[in-house]
Amino acid sequence: MPEIITAAAAAALIPDGATLMLGGFMGCGNAHRVIDALARSGKGNFTVISNDASMPGGPTGEEFYGTAKLIHNRQVGKLIATHVGLNPEVATQTNAGELELVLLPQGSFAEMIRAGGAGLGGVITPTGVGTLVEDNPFVERKIAIDHRDYLVMKPLQADVALIAGYYVDRCGNVWYKGTMRNFSSLMATAADTVIAEAVHIVEIGDILPENVVTPGIFVNYLVDGGIG
Amino acid sequence: MDKSQIKEFIAARVARELSHGDVVNLGIGLPTLIPKFLPAGIKVFLQAENGIIGAGVVNDDTRDQLHIVDAGGQPAIAAPGGSYIDSATSFGLIRGGHVDVTVLGALQVDAGGNLSNWIIPGKMVPGMGGAMDLVVGARKVIVAMEHTQKGNPKILRRCTLPLTAAHGVDLIVTEMGVIAVTEQGLELREINPEFSLDDIKAATAAPLKVTPALVSMR
Repeated sequence: MPEIITAAAAAALIPDGATLMLGGFMGCGNAHRVIDALARSGKGNFTVISNDASMPGGPTGEEFYGTAKLIHNRQVGKLIATHVGLNPEVATQTNAGELELVLLPQGSFAEMIRAGGAGLGGVITPTGVGTLVEDNPFVERKIAIDHRDYLVMKPLQADVALIAGYYVDRCGNVWYKGTMRNFSSLMATAADTVIAEAVHIVEIGDILPENVVTPGIFVNYLVDGGIG
Repeated sequence: MDKSQIKEFIAARVARELSHGDVVNLGIGLPTLIPKFLPAGIKVFLQAENGIIGAGVVNDDTRDQLHIVDAGGQPAIAAPGGSYIDSATSFGLIRGGHVDVTVLGALQVDAGGNLSNWIIPGKMVPGMGGAMDLVVGARKVIVAMEHTQKGNPKILRRCTLPLTAAHGVDLIVTEMGVIAVTEQGLELREINPEFSLDDIKAATAAPLKVTPALVSMR
């Protein structure tokens, strides 16, 4: 059974320089409460694995939405992402040499996380062949199978994954609303420690086993009070 | 035509490329105008690569931007009969050939069907997002864009910007015409009667064959 802790306690589990997977897509599905606590913690030099850097503004009316807070606070030393165009702060910090940015195709990124959690040695994908992706540090090599070229991409893993569910039961089983799940169901399998933030913590049995998306065995800590 | 009329003209033409039941992924900007021009009786499954199959129209009852967004981060919803999926499943659909059509914008597209739309080195580095997977994996790739950028050709003999994908584009739809990418290069299939053939050739920096069956674009 995962331990139910406060957002501040969750942030305290995360050391300086940790590699973090942040579930979410443009802020949707971010673990907002834990990210808020991390933004207040003063810790940094994180390597962040996240689809994007979210954006200023957003539906909460805050100045920075989700992941964007950690970027704005300069707590991120390296960002592994697929699209950062909606957060101009990334370009500013990258151009100033303050933030290292690695961009990956979104489908490769998703599959590399899945591989990291599923014990696979890599992902073999046609995406990125003939493009700048061939020079990416996560490309192991280019190979041909049946006369078609593919890139062999390395798996992604992290120290800690921060994910958010809508209903999470006391066993840690997660049900996601709408498009919250995006990368979170993959990230939950690919990190040493998984912290799940719940909009609602519910009793065991409230989520039918066949409706569980992320099984509770992946979840180590539970934080209540997600937004929504 | 003013800017918005041009976009609607292009979107309306692309809409007629879609068939009933197609799974369709639309890029941000101009392509998002396409659904309102779908002919009567044609229904498609709009895919949002962040996790929606069969996206519908958001109203005040269904708007929930905290939990349901499209690939632009804007409020979205799965229509009845649709579904929500994770990102690995979503891109499995895309790479696996289960998306029938994708429509994207372009910075440049060339005679070999190569597309550049994700980076201007030193100036703009937004990232490729899902574009590379879409161009590689979708069964049909349509570029929908204005024919030129401030008068400069965007259709080139060879892209000069870094590629999104090699040899992925099938069709180019602009306000001037409809151009197919063939093994022999670019072929003009339809022409907007507001322009002459010489206008189009002057605005295109790649060899352009003209199909004998050239028809008016409408």
